[in-house]
Amino acid sequence: MTGLFWILLCWLLGNLLSRLCGGYVSGNVIGMLLLFVLLSLKWVRAEAVRPAARFLLSSMALFFVPFGVGLMVSYRIIAEHFWAIVAAAGISTIAVLAVTGRTFQWLNGKNDAGRK
Amino acid sequence: MNSELLYLTLTVGLYCLAKALHRRTRIALLHPVLVTFLVLILLLRSAGVDYAAYREATQLLDFGLGLSVVALGYLMYEQLDRMRGRLLPILVSTAVGCAVGVLSVVYIARAFGVERTVMTSLAPKSVTVPIAVSIVEPLGGIVPLTAVVVFCVGVFGSIVGERLLRLCGVHDPMACGFALGSAAHGVGTARAIEMGAVEGALSGLAMALMGLTTALLLPLMERWCY
Repeated sequence: MTGLFWILLCWLLGNLLSRLCGGYVSGNVIGMLLLFVLLSLKWVRAEAVRPAARFLLSSMALFFVPFGVGLMVSYRIIAEHFWAIVAAAGISTIAVLAVTGRTFQWLNGKNDAGRK
Repeated sequence: MNSELLYLTLTVGLYCLAKALHRRTRIALLHPVLVTFLVLILLLRSAGVDYAAYREATQLLDFGLGLSVVALGYLMYEQLDRMRGRLLPILVSTAVGCAVGVLSVVYIARAFGVERTVMTSLAPKSVTVPIAVSIVEPLGGIVPLTAVVVFCVGVFGSIVGERLLRLCGVHDPMACGFALGSAAHGVGTARAIEMGAVEGALSGLAMALMGLTTALLLPLMERWCY
C-alpha cells in the first residue's frame, strides 16, 4: 500500500510542477522522474514501491484499451491516410531500430575498449 | 452505474480471454490488445453503444494508465547499476533515437501530404502508449489514432527487430535490447525479455528514457522542425 502512496504522491507533485511550467510536460511524466529520483537517493525504499509498480507495469496494456476502442469514431481519418501512416510508421520504425542499435553498439564497444 | 460496471468488466474480461488465446496460439499478430480492441469495437457497435458512454464508464483504466507512467520511474531505478559507466552510449543513443523516430515519421507523412493534426498524432510513435497519449493530447493530436499506431508499431518492431538488427550487424546484446526498447517500447521489451535478461533490462530502460526524452523534446520539435 505504501508503494501506491508514493506513486500517487509523485503524480500529484508532478501535476503541480506541470501546472507551474505551463503544462509543457504532463504531470505523470514529471512524476515518473520524481519517483526515479526519490528511489535513487534512497529517500524511498525500492521494496516498498516494487509490488505496486510491478502490478501497474504489467497491466499497462489493459489500461490503454479504451483509447484504442476510440478507433470506432476516428477510423475515417485512418482510412483516409492509411498508406501514408503505414509507410511513415514502418520506415521510421526500421530507421530507429537500425540507428539506435548501431549507435549503442559503437559507443558501448568504445567504452569497453577504453576500460581494458 | 450498472452499465458502467458492465463495460469495465467486459473490457477486463475480454483482455484476459485474449491473453489466454495468445498464450495458446503464440501468433504475434493475435496480440491480446489488438484482439481486445477489435472485439470491443464490434460488440459496442452491434449493441449501439456510443464511444463517449464507453469512455465515461472506463475512466478507472485512464487513472491506471496515468499511474503506470509514474511506475516507469521504478523501472528506470532498477537499471541504475547498469547505467553506471554506460551513461554515454545510453544518453546519446536515446537522443539520436528520439530525433530519428520523431522527425522521420513526420517528414515521411508530410511527403504524403498528410494534415498537421495527423502528423502530430504520429510523431511519438516509438514511445510507450501511455506517454505518447499524454504528449499528443495537449498538442491537439488525435488520441485514438496515436494509441493504435503506436501499438501497431510496437508489434511490427518486435516482429522484425531481431532479424533487422542482425542484418545491420548489431550483435551486442545490450545494443539489441536497447534498440528494441527504443523502437518498439513495451511490446519490443516483451520480446527482448524472451531473448535474454540483459536484452530485457536494456529494453525496459530504453523504453522509459525514450518516453521521457520525447516528452521533453517533442513540443520543441513540433514548434520548430515541422
